[in-house]
Amino acid sequence: MTDLGMPRLPAPGYPADVRARLETDARELIGRYPQSRSALLPLLHLVQAEEGYVSPSGIEFCAEMLGLTTADVTGVATFYTMYRRQNGGDFHVGVCTNTLCAVMGGDEIFATLKDHLGVGNKGTTPDGSVTLEHIECNAACDYAPVVMVNWEFFDNATPASAKDLVDELRAGKQVSPTRGAPLCTFKETSRILAGFPDPRAEAVDQGGAGGTPSLVGLRIAKGQDPDAPATTQTGKGA
Amino acid sequence: MTEATDPAILTPVLSAPWDDMQPWRLDTYLKHDGYQGLKKALAKHQDEVIQTVKDAGLRGRGGAGFPTGMKWGFIPQGDGKPHYLVVNADESEPGTCKDIPLMYANPHVLIEGVIIAAYAIRSNHAFIYLRGEVVPVLRRLQEAVKEAYAAGYLGENVLGSGFDLELTVHAGAGAYICGEETALLDSLEGRRGQPRLRPPFPAVEGLYASPTCVNNVESIASVPAIMHKGVEWFRSFGSEKSPGFTLYSLSGHVKRPGQYEAPLGVTLRQLLDLAGGVREGHRIKFWTPGGSSTPMFTDEHLDVPLDYEGVGAAGSMLGTKALQIFDETVCVVRAVLRWTEFYAHESCGKCTPCREGTYWLVQILERLEKGEGTEADLETLLDVADNINGKSFCALGDGAASPIFSSLKYFRDEYVEHLAHRGCPFDPAASTVWASNLTGAQA
Repeated sequence: MTDLGMPRLPAPGYPADVRARLETDARELIGRYPQSRSALLPLLHLVQAEEGYVSPSGIEFCAEMLGLTTADVTGVATFYTMYRRQNGGDFHVGVCTNTLCAVMGGDEIFATLKDHLGVGNKGTTPDGSVTLEHIECNAACDYAPVVMVNWEFFDNATPASAKDLVDELRAGKQVSPTRGAPLCTFKETSRILAGFPDPRAEAVDQGGAGGTPSLVGLRIAKGQDPDAPATTQTGKGA
Repeated sequence: MTEATDPAILTPVLSAPWDDMQPWRLDTYLKHDGYQGLKKALAKHQDEVIQTVKDAGLRGRGGAGFPTGMKWGFIPQGDGKPHYLVVNADESEPGTCKDIPLMYANPHVLIEGVIIAAYAIRSNHAFIYLRGEVVPVLRRLQEAVKEAYAAGYLGENVLGSGFDLELTVHAGAGAYICGEETALLDSLEGRRGQPRLRPPFPAVEGLYASPTCVNNVESIASVPAIMHKGVEWFRSFGSEKSPGFTLYSLSGHVKRPGQYEAPLGVTLRQLLDLAGGVREGHRIKFWTPGGSSTPMFTDEHLDVPLDYEGVGAAGSMLGTKALQIFDETVCVVRAVLRWTEFYAHESCGKCTPCREGTYWLVQILERLEKGEGTEADLETLLDVADNINGKSFCALGDGAASPIFSSLKYFRDEYVEHLAHRGCPFDPAASTVWASNLTGAQA
């Protein structure tokens, strides 16, 4: 028979132990809502946390847990940009190319990274570490141009800083964003998005309260130096 | 500018705790009058709380400027149905960057506002719908909610008042349209985020077809201070019709981009002055008063009072107060094309004018930018935009038309120049941050 690349249906189920673990998690998420279907977005994040993308097995799992058809679940999963339809890298590198970031240098950063990594938009490096994508406005315009890795902020990026960043990610080094906690993998990030807090207790207190742009108005109002780096309020009593 | 702007025009209220130690922690928030407003609200009748917010004149900070107290008053009482409060934390409008730093630095002020609002509208289950692409903010919200439960601000019998409230933090999954309140509700119900036909309005049939109030983050976060310090204090900021303080977010070609909290009605000239002006050696060309969906302004509009009436009278909208500053190195056609690509990408596909119209706008703008268009294309562009504006299912379509209309109004010559030049006359490298650093180094 000719292989047309169509998915084999029904999709294979998860191994029994995985299934049992996911069912426990799914029930907890469903319990947070007055109506079960509201847990669909969290469940899609959950299955993405398991496999790194929303697979046919993941869709089947969500459908079974919520009493929906796989067509219903697929319709929802394909509507939202954060759900991957095929496996990608451990680190999702998003370069904002909406107007303001693009103009401020986001276009050049994106072009630089495509060239440096040898991949196109949504492409993954052969080592499976980095998936590159251009993204829309991520609500950090006062820090433009902005790069997001696993949805953590890398503010005031440059082509050089972005190249260094992906090199470090590919070399397996621990990287910290400009605001937020040291990076975890895409799967681990997806689990936080599903609604299960970061297991690293210290993560919530890492990364300060905001950089110089967040504090600029406050400092001017107080007669303080508005350009001072925002280092005083990182971490406990630092 | 002859006289320097007095820094005293800035009035940090929401942003006041941000430079303290760990302002995201409950302990710090308590030092800044945290949860004092809640205590005062719980001592009042629910209707009195709604009346206080009405009297304060607080207007929605998410773009439309609808009076918050009136919105709460629309929730029918004694109807026997569950009521829901949903916070719209899906901040995605290009240029808008106020709610994310607010929730990151001080999530408790939002949670306190949620409890007060839920109490007022008699809701026992509230949701914060946070866009998914901001994990550090999600982390802080999850932790703050946990702290609030442990301290007795959430859960059963809030502070011994007999009022019960569950608060669920819900992460979205990437869709600008979910900032539209009815699309947000569909998304929160586990569906594709597409807007709903109105009426019925969410106040009557919202989440799960029950009365629902959807409020922006900054609107809700402004409520605790109103409750704690009173209506007169709140009205001492801003104007009669636009009272209060708000976060103005300066971005782009400005020396000190960032958050400037001030009374409604300040001008861009004042804010720019405090922000050190446009970057060295350049001048302002165009700017948005409240994100890409608000018609752009030029250097003629520096003295427009940035409140709901002032910006409206000048032909735009206050929107989210996202002041994106573009200097003379920026090609307006490139800027508008990129915004239009965004609207085309984010159009949910439900209605034809927006789905098809944004697609065609991109096609036309692409050839115009490359200098391959004709003068007739400019009329087609206006015609297509006119067929989207006001004829779409929701405001996303109107937003897509705004940059087209306003850029052609102020910069038609620049579009024509692309035709005459057979290409874009601008060098994109000149607009980058590093180009200005280079200029600075040489100066």
